[in-house]
Amino acid sequence: MTALLVKSSDSAPEIAPQADAPARRAHDSLWRAVLRQPGLVLSFAVIALVIAWAFVPEVFASQDPINGVPAERLSAPSAEHWFGTDNLGRDTYARVVHGSALTLQATLVAVLVGIVVGAGVGLIAGFVRGLVEDWLMRVIEVMLAVPGLLLSLAVVTALGFGTINVAIAVGIANIASFARVMRSETLKIGALPYIEASKASGSHWSYTLFAHVLPNARGPVLALTALEFGTAILSVSALSFLGFGAQPPTPEWGALVSGGRDYLATAWWMTTFPGLVIAAVVLSANRIARFLEDR
Amino acid sequence: MTHPPLLSVSGLRVGYRISRTETFRAVHGVDFDIAAGELVSLVGESGSGKSTTAHAVLGLLGERARVEGGSIRFDGAELTRLGDKQWRAIRGARIGFVPQDPAVSLNPTRRIGEQIAQAITLHKGRVPKDALRQRVIDLLAKVGIDRPELRSRQYPHQLSGGMRQRALIATALANDPELIIADEPTSALDVTIQKQILDHIDALRRELGIAILLITHDLGVAGDRSDRIVVLESGRVVESGAPEQILAAPSAAYTRKLLAAVPQVSSGRLVWADGVVREREPGAALPRTREDSAILVATGLRKAFRDSGSGGDVQAVDDVSIAVPRGGTLGMVGESGSGKSTLARIVTRLTDPDAGRVEFDGRDVTALRGKRLRELRRHVQLVYQNPFASLDPRFTIGRTLTEPLRAFGIGDRPARARRVAELLDLVGLPASFAERKPAEMSGGQRQRVAIARALASEPSLVVLDEAVSALDVSVQAQILELLVRVQAELGVSYIFISHDLAVIRQVSDDIVVMRRGRLVEAGTADRVYTTPAVDYTRALLAAVPGGRHPHPRKVLS
Repeated sequence: MTALLVKSSDSAPEIAPQADAPARRAHDSLWRAVLRQPGLVLSFAVIALVIAWAFVPEVFASQDPINGVPAERLSAPSAEHWFGTDNLGRDTYARVVHGSALTLQATLVAVLVGIVVGAGVGLIAGFVRGLVEDWLMRVIEVMLAVPGLLLSLAVVTALGFGTINVAIAVGIANIASFARVMRSETLKIGALPYIEASKASGSHWSYTLFAHVLPNARGPVLALTALEFGTAILSVSALSFLGFGAQPPTPEWGALVSGGRDYLATAWWMTTFPGLVIAAVVLSANRIARFLEDR
Repeated sequence: MTHPPLLSVSGLRVGYRISRTETFRAVHGVDFDIAAGELVSLVGESGSGKSTTAHAVLGLLGERARVEGGSIRFDGAELTRLGDKQWRAIRGARIGFVPQDPAVSLNPTRRIGEQIAQAITLHKGRVPKDALRQRVIDLLAKVGIDRPELRSRQYPHQLSGGMRQRALIATALANDPELIIADEPTSALDVTIQKQILDHIDALRRELGIAILLITHDLGVAGDRSDRIVVLESGRVVESGAPEQILAAPSAAYTRKLLAAVPQVSSGRLVWADGVVREREPGAALPRTREDSAILVATGLRKAFRDSGSGGDVQAVDDVSIAVPRGGTLGMVGESGSGKSTLARIVTRLTDPDAGRVEFDGRDVTALRGKRLRELRRHVQLVYQNPFASLDPRFTIGRTLTEPLRAFGIGDRPARARRVAELLDLVGLPASFAERKPAEMSGGQRQRVAIARALASEPSLVVLDEAVSALDVSVQAQILELLVRVQAELGVSYIFISHDLAVIRQVSDDIVVMRRGRLVEAGTADRVYTTPAVDYTRALLAAVPGGRHPHPRKVLS
């Protein structure tokens, strides 16, 4: 019987049989919850490091990310060049560090556009229902029908070139998936008795929506955010690769990976290290999102 | 007994692993025997270890639980040390299992017949198609399903809850087992269906000589059906014996407490007097809070829902009129699908009726909208059946209780905090609970919070929709006492909705009986329970378990 396993520290007579179950305080401090999980600590460390790179790149990488030393081109990782150098003799590590600001900015904008517009549309559609839902979701379905990259291309052509425009374009392509997840969660939460109980308590619909529905529906959306964070990095870089975003020689993570692709056979480090950094950031974001979801 | 028992459990201990280092002992040394053809009931509240014991006997404890000691002998063989492969030869073949919830225990994408046939082929290997089909139809007929050939080709959603439970019993019977373990087989069913299913299990036992281990929280059911009752408390056997002995002269305090909590159809309404809740003497004066006028009058209510299956309309509420006495309780009885919850939602204005009128406090409120509707909600409140779903898991109890105060602009911040403490006190919870979240509370405590929330805005009418149905019998008794006390102290009126006639009996002044959206009987509680006017009410009353061994009820404290 699963009820047995509900940990509680009640003293009331009706649950006396469970009184010997170990009590767990919910008031555990955030810190203790975090520190008990080494993977989580590592994830926070990775994100903190990358944010620090974005703000003060000079502290972490002293070499010039733009002007290379031609004599040292395509040299393998060494104590001097941790991530090796590229075809123009530029230090890959320095380029990764200096590229983090632009990359983070672009992905954040992309994810924010997706989550704010998408989750907003989904929340309204799921809560208001009726004709509003029908119209909003038909529009979302049209967006889903167009391949994401094609949609981004169309948008960025209209907006003009530049990293932020690329980010906005990627974000718009993400709206549909956020809207659908948010709508389905809102529908699920909206059918629960405590939502009706809130209505029956006389609360205004806006209070019910923002105090009850939104906090309880956000879990899967947060998880999706971490996933989209990863795909956004890749989409932004894909558009950069096509020449819409960061122009060479500006360092940007996605551009670094795609630029190194031509030298994959001779200089594996040019793609591997930036790729590993992207993977580490995406995984860390994922882990943190899961932690936030559980709380 | 000269021959050894079929199943013999002795000194059984089962622990659940909570974390790497902690285990929680759910069963501490349980002993009982079942002889062939015997029906033994395991009785206890949630958390007493009765389901864990049943799962241990079935070898279905799962990853987290482990048998830590003791023995389970089935027909002379020790079960606790069996491997997976040996278990498969026993489980489903020699020991059948009937699960608790028929709604989720059948695969929704496969036909009933296929699912029963699978239970047979799993153990017998390849069986000729015709013989298999015939066997399935025989089984369905045996468990009392009409038109078995048609039913075997239907999917679970096309069957009612009672019929699904019969199909599950047919699955358990598929390989002619010697023992059937039934875990709360009728808890999710209506009282008349429950009686049919239990009658059927009884008949099968007599016909086929199958031993049955019945897990139930309902002493009434156990008393009516068992050869022996084993009472469990916190994983220990506190008492076991014949039902006459356990019900008439219980030796353990826990059994006496359980018995005292079982509501009786024959008892009178509970009243609050001189600081205790007691039964009203027959013919005694009505409680003084009750007045002759009605707080709520509904006339000619109708509501239809579109049936997605047939495309036609289902009349959920069909020309129903009710009146709730001011300061008193209107009890509403009916089985699932009788329209009682729809009616509750109409009178609380959460659903609009197709036709009819709702008058609250002499005012027509049928068409209120917006601000005035919210104002009405201050006076009419609702308590839901499931205390696990009616509280926001992210809100602390204090915040939940503040919500109606905030919504109606009652008091300022310190005044609201005081009111929360007052409300918690009113429903018998310590003020420190304001800091807790629902997950840290038991079902009964949550339901107290739900009642406190309903009372926060000082309503004159509270609608309780199956408010005690999800609770253990002793917790249920506490909540009923709480409701009676609150009514006496605040003079609030109730509409009390339940499928359980015995529960309704305890709190109601007037009763209405609903069936298929219609009101079939209405009257004072004393009249309806002593001289029911229609056959349906009589059938409902006859189906209430606990009739075979009535026990005297004491005054509760």
